[in-house]
Amino acid sequence: MRRTLPTILLVPLAIAGAAGQLSAGEGPSTYVLRDARIVRVSGPVIEHGTIVVRDGLIEAVGENIAPPADAWVIECKGLTVYPGLVDALSNWGLTNTPAPAVAAAGGRGGGRAQAAVVSTPVATATVTITSAPARGPEDRPSNVAYNKAADQIFPTDRNIESARNGGYTAAVTFPTGNIFAGQGSVISLAGDRAGDMVIVPSVGQMITLANRGFGGGGGGYPGSLMGSIAYVRQIYLDAEHYKLAKSIYEKNPQGLPRPAYDRTLEGVLASDRVMLPAERSVEVERMIAFAKEMKMNVVLYGGHEAWRDTDLLKKTNTPVLVSLKYPVKAADSDPMMDEPLRTLEMREKAPTAAGALAKAGVKFAFYSDGVSTPRDLMRAVKKAIDAGLSPTDAIRALTLSPAEIFGVSNRLGSIDKGKIADLVVVDGDLFSGAKVKYVFVDGTKFEPTDEPAGGGRGGRGGANPGGEAR
Amino acid sequence: MKKLALLTLISTMAFAADAPVLIQNATILTITNGTVKGSILLQDGKIAAIGDKVMAPPGTVVIDGAGKYVMPGIIDCHSHIMAEAINEGSVSVSSMVGIPDVLNPEDIAIYRALAGGVTTANILHGSANSIGGKTIVMKMRWGKDAEEMKFEGAMPGIKFALGENPKRAGQSAGGRGAAPTAGRYPATRMGVEDVIREAFNDAVAYKATWDFYNARVAKGEVAIPPARDLKLEPLVEVLEGKRLVHAHCYRQDEILMLLHVADDYHFKIRTLQHVLEGYKVAKEIQERGTGASTFADWWAYKIEANDAIPYNAAILVKKGVLTSLNSDDAELMRHLDKEAAKTVKYGGLTETEALSLITINPAKQLMIDKKVGSLEVGKDADVLLYDGHPLSNFSKVTKVWIDGHEYFDMDQDVQDRPKKEAEKKALVTKAAAEQRLGGGGGRGGNNSAAQGVPQQ
Repeated sequence: MRRTLPTILLVPLAIAGAAGQLSAGEGPSTYVLRDARIVRVSGPVIEHGTIVVRDGLIEAVGENIAPPADAWVIECKGLTVYPGLVDALSNWGLTNTPAPAVAAAGGRGGGRAQAAVVSTPVATATVTITSAPARGPEDRPSNVAYNKAADQIFPTDRNIESARNGGYTAAVTFPTGNIFAGQGSVISLAGDRAGDMVIVPSVGQMITLANRGFGGGGGGYPGSLMGSIAYVRQIYLDAEHYKLAKSIYEKNPQGLPRPAYDRTLEGVLASDRVMLPAERSVEVERMIAFAKEMKMNVVLYGGHEAWRDTDLLKKTNTPVLVSLKYPVKAADSDPMMDEPLRTLEMREKAPTAAGALAKAGVKFAFYSDGVSTPRDLMRAVKKAIDAGLSPTDAIRALTLSPAEIFGVSNRLGSIDKGKIADLVVVDGDLFSGAKVKYVFVDGTKFEPTDEPAGGGRGGRGGANPGGEAR
Repeated sequence: MKKLALLTLISTMAFAADAPVLIQNATILTITNGTVKGSILLQDGKIAAIGDKVMAPPGTVVIDGAGKYVMPGIIDCHSHIMAEAINEGSVSVSSMVGIPDVLNPEDIAIYRALAGGVTTANILHGSANSIGGKTIVMKMRWGKDAEEMKFEGAMPGIKFALGENPKRAGQSAGGRGAAPTAGRYPATRMGVEDVIREAFNDAVAYKATWDFYNARVAKGEVAIPPARDLKLEPLVEVLEGKRLVHAHCYRQDEILMLLHVADDYHFKIRTLQHVLEGYKVAKEIQERGTGASTFADWWAYKIEANDAIPYNAAILVKKGVLTSLNSDDAELMRHLDKEAAKTVKYGGLTETEALSLITINPAKQLMIDKKVGSLEVGKDADVLLYDGHPLSNFSKVTKVWIDGHEYFDMDQDVQDRPKKEAEKKALVTKAAAEQRLGGGGGRGGNNSAAQGVPQQ
């Protein structure tokens, strides 16, 4: 998929003069999507309506709207327009695995790089902090709270294009790989320069609580789940103290010792939203108790067993990000292994989590959790729908709900006048093999190509797309 | 009067789901007030009456206890069940971590412990560090969430450990079979003492820093408060008598060392755990009011456990040490009654003394004896029904109540087994069919550790 040049446009009304001379990024700035079924998400569905897109924003939406004279009109009869999909917790944009056409940007060589690159090169470079085993929280182990996704974006990341092909237009993308992994950013899934892609640079701190083994294995503190939780607690107390100490000092610099500068605490204080992992019911309860103790503005992620805790989540008004990678039995597991009923049940019922949350009125959104192909993501959403989630709630969990959870619903997540023109136009049912016809990101129009996205084969330099099969 | 009536109403409402229970014609082992042939009434979560003849209110569930025995719920002073992490082995002083942060109320070991008659357990951090993590006393309220299982009002604790485990240099994990890694101080028993002393020196200094700050603020001076230190706060609590110390130990020399360190810093060791050579220093332990929580006859599983004798518990009891038997193990936890029976054979304790080792004595050690540990009117209705004498190998627990609520029933368990088996089989079959179809969703790979489902 690549930017559609005006020469391929369907119904140019006016300004044909410029056709053929526009380079990428200089497409028309005004579009009209006519006679479309419009799923606004923020309000009732408009069965036959018009959307005007101008200069990256939605200028108008409604039933009786006259197309402006300077607009390129796209006939959408029989097509449905949704707000662009938002991945509520993502790593898209942070991986240096360029799409084939721009492979020159990264030296890792097209095809196999996807598996090899897990974290961002920037994050990897920063993690050399733990050369000596940490002796406690004061050594700030596994802490890159100051890292900001917005500063680490690779516009050439192939995941951007492949997600966009499936109708995703924005992602709340987070660094990963450390207990304090850094700050997430809301980004647009299109753009030539990283800076242009950033919608909000800092929307939360990513916390992971991976079990680091029995005793650290020489890796130092923390070496257990218990240690990780205690560490997070100490850091947030430290941050609180840091803020207080600085404010006291600023008022009375004479006669007071100067508080030391601490870049990790600066990072922690950059956003008050905290992402905490909660896959199992036990973890949901544990993290809610922890967030309450620490008075955190918390968002839980994982959520596959959250159907057990809907009352608690509702009562505490805790938003949940539900992973679209359902738990499965490991392919290489012992076939004779006797698994506990609880584990079997969790796998069986994971797709019911979203429906249960919707029914209970808990705010939730879907996230990709490492599944990079939109087809697989839509299949997983379909599974949740088959397990009881209404399609209306499903689309909300992919658009307006993530925008609300991250405080950007005033600019993203629904088809409303004045919002960012992120749209997806499909032929058919979004969750059952619909064909994505057009995607608008920041008002720029894209048409998915038929070639499988992110196939990763060949195309070094892009001269011969689809050729050269390695 | 009105207030009292209101209180009664509230407490009745709280236990509204549980009808009163009357067990009649049973042999009631009260532990603290001898043996009663008669009835016991459980009402509103408490033991309401014990005696020959007990009047039961309308709606009471009556159980015929003929030929059966009733005793208080068993208390295990040393367990690691329901914890999703045991050791923070990376550092020698890990008092900043705590078991309360990683409780798993769904651990099946809880239910199995119930089936063995345990109603309360002291959930401890492991023994990898000289000063380990914070501990917590839990009631085995199976089916409740972690918060609801906490023993209300029980003092918090902290784990200490001496000897081989904390000094195991070269294996920072402190566990058997752990991969050798860079050594961690301490490597000797001398070093263990040093680590503990250093930690308390720091705690004393930390407290002084806060006292100094508070004094300045009281005088109206502008000052930046000290940063809170979650590692030292629990140690200050120990110094102030607000947190109980449970110390893993084996040899008499290290036991004496720790008692002397505690003397120097003016705090108490609440219990010595394992304390297999306790019989050698029973006098010194008794003089300090320190408790001992040991095994009946488990020994020689490591060098420092070689001098253990099965008479340890009996000797400690006879020397006046507050003594209990613990499990330290999910399996042993299920037959602590039979462990207690061993002290009748080895050391000649009376039946009541033997049962005290798993009821009232651990209750006293954990300072919860006003609520549990014996059958007395007004105490929590944490009660076991046995089909024979609890110290007999042929007897088993048939029913368990906690706060007057029935949490285990042997007949019900047996009856439910085929249903659970079928439920499981159906899920396994369905999953296998889906796998054959290949529609499993997701790609499996990239199984991030944070989100893996641990096996029970």
